[in-house]
Amino acid sequence: MRNAQLFITCLGDQFYAGTLQNMVRILEKLGVKLSFPVGQTCCGQPLFNNGFVAKTQAAARAMIQAFGESDAPVVGPSGSCVSMIRHHYPGLFPAGTPEHRQACELAGRIYEFTEYLVHVLKVTDLGAVFPHKVTYHASCHYVRDLGLRVEAKQLLSRVRDLELLPLQDEDLCCGFGGAFSVTFPEVSRAMMENKVRNIMASGADTVTMCDPGCLMNITGGLQRAGSDIRAMHLIDILASGGAIA
Amino acid sequence: MSQHPPDYIGFDRYTSHVPRGIAAAVQNATRRFATNRKARIAEMPHWEDLRRCGSDIRLHTLRHLDYYLEKGAARVTEAGGHVHWALDAAEARQIVLRIAQDHRVTRVVKAKSMATEEIGLNEALLAAGIDTMETDLGEYIIQLAGTGPSHIIVPAVHLRKEEIAALFSEKLQIHAPPDPNALTAIARNVLREKFLQADMGISGANFFVAETGTLVVVSNEGNARMCTTIPDLHVAVVGIDKVVPDWESLTVLLKLLPRSATGQKITAYTSFITGPRRQEGENGPRELHLVLLDNGRSKVLQDPVGGEMFKCIRCGSCLNTCPVYQNVGGFAYGWFISGPIGAIFSSQMLGAKAARELPYASTLCGACADVCPVRVPIPDILRHLRHRMAEGDAVGGPTLPQPVRLVARLTGWVLGNSWIYRTGTRLAPFFMGLITRNHRISWLPWPLSRWTRVRPLPEFNSGFRTWWRKTK
Repeated sequence: MRNAQLFITCLGDQFYAGTLQNMVRILEKLGVKLSFPVGQTCCGQPLFNNGFVAKTQAAARAMIQAFGESDAPVVGPSGSCVSMIRHHYPGLFPAGTPEHRQACELAGRIYEFTEYLVHVLKVTDLGAVFPHKVTYHASCHYVRDLGLRVEAKQLLSRVRDLELLPLQDEDLCCGFGGAFSVTFPEVSRAMMENKVRNIMASGADTVTMCDPGCLMNITGGLQRAGSDIRAMHLIDILASGGAIA
Repeated sequence: MSQHPPDYIGFDRYTSHVPRGIAAAVQNATRRFATNRKARIAEMPHWEDLRRCGSDIRLHTLRHLDYYLEKGAARVTEAGGHVHWALDAAEARQIVLRIAQDHRVTRVVKAKSMATEEIGLNEALLAAGIDTMETDLGEYIIQLAGTGPSHIIVPAVHLRKEEIAALFSEKLQIHAPPDPNALTAIARNVLREKFLQADMGISGANFFVAETGTLVVVSNEGNARMCTTIPDLHVAVVGIDKVVPDWESLTVLLKLLPRSATGQKITAYTSFITGPRRQEGENGPRELHLVLLDNGRSKVLQDPVGGEMFKCIRCGSCLNTCPVYQNVGGFAYGWFISGPIGAIFSSQMLGAKAARELPYASTLCGACADVCPVRVPIPDILRHLRHRMAEGDAVGGPTLPQPVRLVARLTGWVLGNSWIYRTGTRLAPFFMGLITRNHRISWLPWPLSRWTRVRPLPEFNSGFRTWWRKTK
C-alpha cells in the first residue's frame, strides 16, 4: 500500500475544506493511505515573494518538521505552494547545514495533486461524471514552474459527459499574484477582468484550475461581473458523479 | 520627457488611472509580435539550445567585460574611429555636444537608440540650439508628441492610427488621414529632407563586436542606415553591456533577437559598421565616434544576481508577453525602459528610493522568463530586489517602512508556530462570519479593502482539520 502525506496549503485550510475532503476521498479510493501532519502551517510564499527570506525560514522550519515525521511523499492541491517548497526551500538555508539537507529532501518528495495522479499513480480516469461545459485556466506556477502543461487536461478529458472548451490565453496570469492584488489593485483588476472576459467568451458554464489563489480571485471576479459561471478546483470536478462514492 | 531620470516613479499612482485606450492599443500591437514570435520559434527545433547558448555568451562577456571592451575599443581606433568613455549620463551628453560643436553641427538626424533616451541626449542637443530629428517612425511620432517611448522596440505602441493622424495634422499643419501607409509617407517626406541636410548622424547599436570593433544595428525602416552613412559625421552611443566577443557569438544573438522581438527571421536591415570610410568614393561618414556609456552599469554588475539583467539584448519580448505591461502600458514604468525588464533595470539603475515600487510591479507569473531569448531570470531578480528592500543585502540596507517589516515579522512568527496559526484558523471563521453575506465577504478594512473593492473574498470554510479529526 502506498503512503502519502496531505499538504492542505493555508488557503485550502482557510477556505476550501470541501475540496480538501474530496482530495482525501479520491486518493483513498486509489488505495493511498493518507496521513495528515497537523503541525503544517503555510509554505511561506507570501513572505518569500515579498523578499522576507529570513522570515520565510521560520515557516519553512515548521513545514519541514511537520512533513519530516514520515518519509512518505507529500501531496498538495496547489501548483504555486508545491513550487515554493520544491524550488525555493533548498535556497533558504546555507548548503551543508542539516536544514538545507532536510529542505532538499522534502523538495524531492513533494507533488502537486494532478502531478501525483498522472505521474506517480499513473491514473487519468477516475470514473468521474460531470455533465457540463468546462474551460480550464492554466495557473502560472502550475504550468511554468512545475511544467505541468498537459496533466490537468488529460484528467479532464477522461471525465464522462464533460465538454472541454478552449480558453483564450489560458496561461495568461489572472492578476492574483499574492500581495500584488492589494499592492496594485487596479492592475490586478484589469488582469482579472481580462481573464473573466475570456472565460465568459469560452461558452463554458464552469471554469476549473489547480490553484486556490487563482480560484479565489477568479471566483470573486465572476461574482463581481454578475456571471453564473462556476469556478471550481479541478479536484471537485474529479470527485463528481459518484466517482468517489 | 525630462532630460534627467525621474526623482520618483509612482507606479501605483499611474496605474490607478491608466488613460483609456492604452491597454487596447498596446495589446493589439504586442499580440501580433507575440504570435509571430511563436510561429518563428516553432520553426526552430533547437531554440532552447540556442537560448542557453545566447545566455552563456552574454554571461561570459559580462564577466570579462573589461577585456572585451578594451579589445573592441582598440579595434575601433585601428579602423580609424574615435572612442570615448562616458562614466555617466552628463559626461556622455558633454562628449556628444563637444563633438557637435567642434564640427559646427547645426542639424542632427537620429536613429532609434535607447542609450540616448537614457541620457536625455535630444533635450541637451536642442538646448544647445542644434536641430535634432528622430528618424525612426515611432521615435519621430513620440518626438512630435513630446513624450518618451512606451516600448523599447515600438516606442509609439500606445498610440492608435487615429491618434497619430491627429498628432500629424496638428503638429505639421496638414490634413493627415488615419491610414498607416499615408502616415508613413508623410513622415518619409519630412525625413528625406532632414537626412540630406544633416551634418551629424547619431545612432545606438544592438551589438558591438569586440573582435573587429564592429557596431551592429538592426532595423526595419532603413533610417538607421541613412543616419549612419549619409552625414559626414556619425556618433554612436552604446552601453558597455552591448559588447559581444566575436562574430560567432554575434551569429547566435542575431538568430535570437529578431525572432524574439518582432517574430522576423531577420530584420530588413542589419548594418555592420567598422570604422569610418577609408577612402574617398566609399560610402559612410568621414568620422566615426563611439561613446561607450557606463552610467552605473559597472556598479550594478558587481552584484552577480541583479547584474544578470545586462544579458538583455533589448528584444522587448518580455513586454509583449507580460500581462501587467499589457494592461498599463510603458509610461507606468516611469522611464525610457518599461515592462518586466524595465522594472529590474530602473530599480537597479535609479535605486531603491526613486524606483521603490517597481520591484513589486509583477505577479511573478514567469511569462517573461519563459520567452526571454537569453534567459534573464526576471522573476528571480525581482525577488532579489524585494529581498534587498525587505531585509537588506550586500548592495544596500532594508528600505521598506518599519510597519511593513513588523507585519512580516509577525507573519513569520505565526507561520513558524503551528499552535498559534491553528488557533487563528479556528477563530477566523467566527469573526469573518460576522461580515459574510451570501457566502462571500464584500467588505474588509484597509488595507484588505484593496482586495474587496475589486472582488469579494470567499467565505471562510476551515472545517477540514475538524473533519479529519472526527472521521479519521
